[in-house]
Amino acid sequence: MTKEKIEQIVLDIIAEIAPDEDLSDVKPEVRLRDQLDLDSMDFLDIVMELRKQHSIDVPEAEYRELESLESCGNYLLPKFEAVAAA
Amino acid sequence: MHPQRVVITGVGLTCPLGNDLPTFRKALLEGKSGVVNFPVRNMGEQAAGVCEFDKSKYQNRKEIRVGTRAGGIGIYCAHEALENAGLELDKLNPSRIGVYLGITEHGNVETETEVCQLVDHYDEDVKYWTHHHNPRTVANNPAGEITVNLGLTGPHYTIGAACAAGNAGIIQGVQMLRLGECDHALAGGVSESIRAFGIFAGFKSQGALAAHDDPTKASRPFDTDRNGIVVSEGGCVYVLERLEDALARNSNIIAEIVGYRINSDGTDYVLPNPERQEECIRQALANAELTPSDVDLVSTHATSTPQGDEQECKAVRNVFGEGSGTLINNTKSFIGHSMGAAGAIELAGNLPSFNDGIAHATINLDNLDPNCHLPGLVVNHPQKKDGGINVILNNSFGMLGINSVLLLKKFKG
Repeated sequence: MTKEKIEQIVLDIIAEIAPDEDLSDVKPEVRLRDQLDLDSMDFLDIVMELRKQHSIDVPEAEYRELESLESCGNYLLPKFEAVAAA
Repeated sequence: MHPQRVVITGVGLTCPLGNDLPTFRKALLEGKSGVVNFPVRNMGEQAAGVCEFDKSKYQNRKEIRVGTRAGGIGIYCAHEALENAGLELDKLNPSRIGVYLGITEHGNVETETEVCQLVDHYDEDVKYWTHHHNPRTVANNPAGEITVNLGLTGPHYTIGAACAAGNAGIIQGVQMLRLGECDHALAGGVSESIRAFGIFAGFKSQGALAAHDDPTKASRPFDTDRNGIVVSEGGCVYVLERLEDALARNSNIIAEIVGYRINSDGTDYVLPNPERQEECIRQALANAELTPSDVDLVSTHATSTPQGDEQECKAVRNVFGEGSGTLINNTKSFIGHSMGAAGAIELAGNLPSFNDGIAHATINLDNLDPNCHLPGLVVNHPQKKDGGINVILNNSFGMLGINSVLLLKKFKG
């Protein structure tokens, strides 16, 4: 698992959650909410899909770690590795 | 003092026989059934009425994903009704538009789906329960989704009135216009009921779910072999306005709502009470200052249950007896029972008779049950009425003994 693969996983989840959005030019270092029309319920959907599809739990206190693709990659890499090791 | 006159200036609908009134009406006059086999969780295929409107006409994919089926049906019908009424939203004051939708129930579809997923896939761990549950299941959801989609800021709520809800939504719209709570009412009813197994299983356990090898023949009110209800989804929303407003903007007036009554049986949770139904009909006529002989067409509620049909026939026969000249029909024989939308959809299918003078039939009537004899019953084929059709009486009755009757007149100016 790599940070780039995680960024793509998150983008795939966003494609399911916000199917009308154009995701072709999403900048990894920019806040997702500044580039896409995503509200707080959408972010909860991202958290839920990470849980359902990848068995990854993101505690509420750490939701801000998901604010950009880059921060998702940094934050989720150890979590993906922990799931793979389990 | 007479109450302000209220008229219908637009209609939007989706039902198992079409997604606009001309298509629906044509199918009714052709005697077509819209009932099909439909897969129901835990129950295999059941006869049901299914709608096939274009979900993406007024909602984007995210809105469809986040919202409910009932909300989607309501949104489709509301848009269609506004367009049919010749109203452009950007020229209206959004705070003066009210949304009043009748429902039998809401929240079952969402809850059932989530509970089944939780049990089947997630070992009952509630951290897998969706955060969308609450906004999807609050009872005002179908009306609320319309306001969010259209940016409306007037009042909205749903009216829970069992199978009388379609009429009840319209009645609420009339009342709110007369109170000055709004200038346009989007009023009617919606049903997403086929998307949950509970309602099918409930009727089945009660011995009230229709069964027939041919789904198009399963809904057969008044027939000796009728054996229960066909559950359907659908929606119908009307634009209602005060008459003076409709005239001021030169709108096409489809009909005038001239009277109504809602009452209760006060007797049983399930078994209908023909005395109270008759009383409701008579009180609605009095409200409209009409007599039975003024009524050209009665649209019956009859759901194809052995008991319910018979009881309604007693009530209707007592009011519109031999020689009354009143024609009587039924729409559930064509599309099944569209629950919260039933009263509204069934009314819509009859409204064109003000123009063409034709009463559509009640179909699937192969052998009339003698207990369901109704003078004036239009059997299997449409019938043109001498003198035209100028007054329609629309029955809708529901569980816990709720009865609703609506009276409409052809508007002549």
